[in-house]
This record gives sequence, structure tokens and C-alpha cells, in this order.
Amino acid sequence: MNLQGTPLSIGIFALFVVFVLYISHFFARKAKSASGYYAAGGQIHWAVNGISFAGDYLSAASFLGICGMIATLGYDGFLYSIGYLAGWVVALFVVAEPLKRMGKFTFTDALDAKFDSRGIKLAAAISTLVVSICYLVPQMNGAGSLVEPLLGLPHWVGVIIVGATVIVIVATAGMASTTYVQFLKGGLLLVFSFLLVVFLLARGVDTQPSSLTGPDGRSLLFVPEQSTPAALSAQGYQLAHQSGSLAKYTRGEQTTWWKRDADGTLWQTQWRSGNLTNGEPGGLLLPVGRTKQLGGSVAGAEQQRTGSVSPVAFLARLTHPDTRIEQWHTARLVDEAGVWHTVYHPHVVSGTQLMTPGVKFKVGTFNEKLNFVSLMLALFFGTAALPHILIRYYTVPSPACARKSTIVAIAAIGFFYVLTLFMGLGAAVNGTINPADNNMSAPLLAMSYGGLLFAIISAIAFATVLGTVSGLIVAASGAVAHDLLDRFGRMNLTEQKKVFAGRIAAFGVGIIAIILGIVFRGVNVSFLVGWAFAVAASANLPAILMLLFWKKTTSAGIVASITVGIVAALGIILTGPEMFAGPYGLSEAQAWHQLGQPGIISIPLSFIALVVVSLVTQKKRAATV
Amino acid sequence: MLHGPASHSGSDPASRYKARLGVVMFIIYCIVYAGFVLLNVVSEGKAMQAIVAVGLNLAVVYGMGLIIFALILALIYNYLCARKEAELGGSARHGEKGQP
Repeated sequence: MNLQGTPLSIGIFALFVVFVLYISHFFARKAKSASGYYAAGGQIHWAVNGISFAGDYLSAASFLGICGMIATLGYDGFLYSIGYLAGWVVALFVVAEPLKRMGKFTFTDALDAKFDSRGIKLAAAISTLVVSICYLVPQMNGAGSLVEPLLGLPHWVGVIIVGATVIVIVATAGMASTTYVQFLKGGLLLVFSFLLVVFLLARGVDTQPSSLTGPDGRSLLFVPEQSTPAALSAQGYQLAHQSGSLAKYTRGEQTTWWKRDADGTLWQTQWRSGNLTNGEPGGLLLPVGRTKQLGGSVAGAEQQRTGSVSPVAFLARLTHPDTRIEQWHTARLVDEAGVWHTVYHPHVVSGTQLMTPGVKFKVGTFNEKLNFVSLMLALFFGTAALPHILIRYYTVPSPACARKSTIVAIAAIGFFYVLTLFMGLGAAVNGTINPADNNMSAPLLAMSYGGLLFAIISAIAFATVLGTVSGLIVAASGAVAHDLLDRFGRMNLTEQKKVFAGRIAAFGVGIIAIILGIVFRGVNVSFLVGWAFAVAASANLPAILMLLFWKKTTSAGIVASITVGIVAALGIILTGPEMFAGPYGLSEAQAWHQLGQPGIISIPLSFIALVVVSLVTQKKRAATV
Repeated sequence: MLHGPASHSGSDPASRYKARLGVVMFIIYCIVYAGFVLLNVVSEGKAMQAIVAVGLNLAVVYGMGLIIFALILALIYNYLCARKEAELGGSARHGEKGQP
């Protein structure tokens, strides 16, 4: 797809960046002390903090990633919405108030409150850094995806713009400016996502959507042609290569790829190879995603449409067993000449399949069931273990305020996640999916309502990245400057030096985030965040829960739990099928195991490590007490 | 070296009550959430296809229900905690209206 930035979208984007930088400048004077820099002085109002929680938490993974997953996979993407929200229950009922009572600036402070152990300081700080970096990668990747269509700039430029802006936000005013940037972003995201869903329901569902149009006013939607091997042969095409259900037909210099159905019907695909797109140098991929048949409509009608619908009717019509949705899958394969091709091919699913789990997260085999349970476990336990979320409990004055701000967050975040189902499905049936990058589904859906809404939604999505990345960098810089240098390294920094160290650390982490964001281009951001949740749930949550609820917990037990959690979660991810099929460029079959989600192994292992080591070190504890 | 909380909130006589209540609420939600996961796994997704209300299937109703149920539980929890705090006094509510 070739989406050029308009003066309007560039103007709104620039306005937003300038405003965010002004906020940072305004709050810079409040960030002279360590408390001001790391915890906004602990004086943020609970309602502001609640929306800031939403601004912090509703990251690129939520807005871009989940909407993209729902657009391309249906209900499977919504599983992330359910799990992400459920995690807040753990945060509210178990973690919020005790953590506020125990901590000061960082998650490490709370874990270490009872023990004053250098081991805990080191392990918890490393865990904070690992989780923050795992979380940063998809955010930066999402930023690059956004800036490409918004400003017409390359992906890597987008990553650098976000990185540089966030470094300025964090380095100048720390948590105070970060809080208000997140508050602004959280509020705007909720309002404009709601508006987008209202527009979507007013339009309804149409089997011939003309949502995105070219300069000539014609629909850009790619509707695949139907053919047969005999018909292609009659046109002079020859079968050159076959790989599974995908077939390459050539005629002279002309190359086409087709998807073959079980009955032998061929469906046109879109493809890329080197600098060729659909056979042309520098050619364009066209947007995809449509309803082929709308259940409950007059059978055989050429065009079926609902007109304006209620939210329930929208979901019910798409869930109808007779509804047929054309989804698009991606295959990477090598042709007869040894050249790699990426083929985007259609795959028709029923409304029943679209609206139940199973397109990505299948639950047929034992391994699939294990992966499903593992994902849901990590999402549930991950939220309350994310360092950048936990530090927000230190920005309010009291435990009761911590509780109330969490409830505001649950209301705001829950409302947003309900909207993701509509935005994702809306993109799926309105021809607003970029087959090469589903992260842009929600902004492209906005584009189908005009340039202004696209510009605003894109600027908000960009703000979404800014807000979350700022929170992550505050958490990471706190881990380096406060936990490692000041407390673990016993450097006894003065207030001023502690703030200076935080600023330098923010700069360093920002640079790392920029590099990783460029390297991991194109991977679904929500999927990557799922891994960050698994690492957080494995490394941090067992330590938090056992510290609060098991009196025999020792400092050695906490260190063991964090270490085992990180090593197990990362080990399972790095040796698993997703890494082999993705970044390693190998096949899933070559992976050491077939467990894509580590939580079901790594979380219990972390608990076991804590219990065993705590029991073994009881004597020492008794002696020291 | 300033290792206490960022802002001191004083004693909270309701903290034991709130912790116990939190655990009970957490367990209730855990059971409902686990039901969703297990229903998917045991029925291999088939149970989720059943249309249960106004044309919506169990997957949508249960999924949306989990989000709404979380908010309802949160509001009940806050009501009970606030009532206990008012009953027992203490300084847990320090700064609630934004004042230092």
C-alpha cells in the first residue's frame, strides 16, 4: 500500500509533538528532586492517575496490535483484550495497596522493603530492564508502522522520531511530564476510538465496501479473481511451481501466484519478491478484507448490506453461520529458481469460525491446548507484574488513591477493549487491512472516513506509543539509576545526581529501544507484547505474591524466583517455534519444542524456585531475625 | 538514603480487611476466568460456538462478560473498602481529594 502523508495529517502530528514537548518543558522545573523525577512527587490525583494508567497501558499492542489481530484472525485477537483486562483484577485486588505502602520509586523498592538485600536489588533491576526492553520493541515497531503512512517516511525514521521525542519527554521532566502525556493520550484514545466505532455502526456492513478509494474515486479494495488451471492454460499461462495450495503460473516474463481450493478453483493472490510487488518493480499492495456473504440477508443478492446497525446487531450479523468473511494469510516460500516470495492469499471463513477462538490459537492437539492456556495465564498474571505499570502506584498520595486509580483504569481500559472488537472487525469487513502489515488496520479504518479522522487517529496512535514508551523508559531508567547505581552499587548519590543518572539512563535505554524497533520491523506488536507479559508474569509476579502472602519467603527465595522466571521464560521463547519461523528464518519444525507461549512452564517454575529456596534458607533467616 | 515510600500515608487499620477481601474477590474472578479458558480447552472451542443470546455466541458473551464482571467486582470492592476505612478511620485515605 502506498499511503502518502497529507499536509493535514503532518500538521496534526507536528502539533501533537510540539504540545507534548511543551508539557515536558512545563514540568521540567518540578523534576529537580528524585521524588519529583521518579514519582511525580507522589501527588497526582487518583482520577488523573487512573486515566494515565490507561494511557500507559493501552499501548501500540492494544490499539494497533489487537485491532490488527482481530482484523486478520477474528476472535483470537479479542482473547488478548480479555486477558489484558483480566490482569487488572490481579493488580487491584492483590497488588495495588500493599505495593503503594511498601515502595518508593521502583518495583524493586517494594520487593526489597522487608529485606534490604543487594541480591534482590540486582535481580529485580535486571528483571525490570528485561521486561521493559521486551515491551519496548513492539512499541517502537508500531511507531515505525504508523509514521510510514502518516508522514510518508520510512519505518526506521518513525522509530527514530519516537525514540528522540520520548528521550526528551523523560529526560527533561521524568514521571510528571510522562503522567500528563499519558493522561492526554488515554483520554483522546478513548474519545476518538468511540467516535470511530459510532461511524462504523452508522455505516454497517456491506459486501461491496468502497471504503478506501484512489485519486480517481474508485475503490482500492483488492477483490481476487477466480480461475481454474484449464482457464489459465487457455490464456497461455504455464504452471511453474507448486507449494502446498499455492501455485505459481507464468506467461513469458509475467508471473502470477494463485491459491487453490479443495475443489480445484484458483484464487488470485498478491505477492512480493525482492523489489517486485505483484510483478511490477515498486508496485503496490492493495488493501484487503471483506464480507463475501452476509448471513441473514436475501440469498443470492448481488450486494448485501445492513445499513446502520446497533452494536449487538453488528456482532450478531458477523457471527451468523451463513456469513462468509475473506481473510488474508501470508506465506513465505521459495520458487523453482530458489527465489523467496511472500504470497498474501485469501482464506474464506464462516461467521462461526470468525467469532470463536481457533484461527491462530487452535485447541485441538495437546500442544495447542497448552499454548492457549499458557497465553491466557501470562496475560492474566502479567499486568500486575509490569514494572512500568507498578511504578504508577507511587505517583498518588495514598493506598486508597492507588485503589481508586486502578478502578478508573479498569473502567477506561475495559471500555477501550470492548471497542477493539468493533474496530478490528470493522477493518476486516471494510477493506482496510494492509496485507503486509495488519498493525495499521485501525488507522486505515479511520482513513475510510476521511483524511481528518485518519490524521487524528494516527496522531493519537502515535501518542499511544509515546505515552507507553515514556512509562517504560522511566521504569528502566529508575532500575538503572535508583536500583543499580544508587542502591545496589551503594554509590549514595545525592538527589541531584540521582536525577542526572536517571536522565542519562533514559537516553541509553532510548537508544537501545530505537535499534531494536528497527530490527523487529513487521512483527505483530500484540504478539510480541504477549511475550513481555509472559516474562513479567514469570519473573516478577511469583515474588510479589509470595512476599505478600507467604511469611516464610526469604530474600534468597525472591532472587531465585526472579532468576528462574526470566531464564525459563526467555529460554522457552528463544528456542520456540515462533522465533525459528520468524527472526531465525528457519522452519517451526526445527524449533527445540513446539511451545509458543512460555507462561505455563515458567510461572510455576518461578513459584517452585521461590518456595524451595525459601524453605532451604529458613535457618539462615531465623538466625538473622 | 530515602528508601521509604514517596509519600507517607500513615497507618491503615483497614488494611487486613482489605487484603482478605481482595483475595476473596481475586479467587471469585479467577474461577470465572478459568471457566472461560477451560471451556475452550475441554470443548475444543465448540461450546463457544453456541448462540446464547440476541444472535451472539458464547465466546462473545462470555468474553464481554469477563470485562464487565471485572468492573462490577472492582466497584463492589471499592465500596466495601471505603466503608471499612470510614468505619475504622486511620490515614489510608490521605490525599484522596488530591490534597497533600
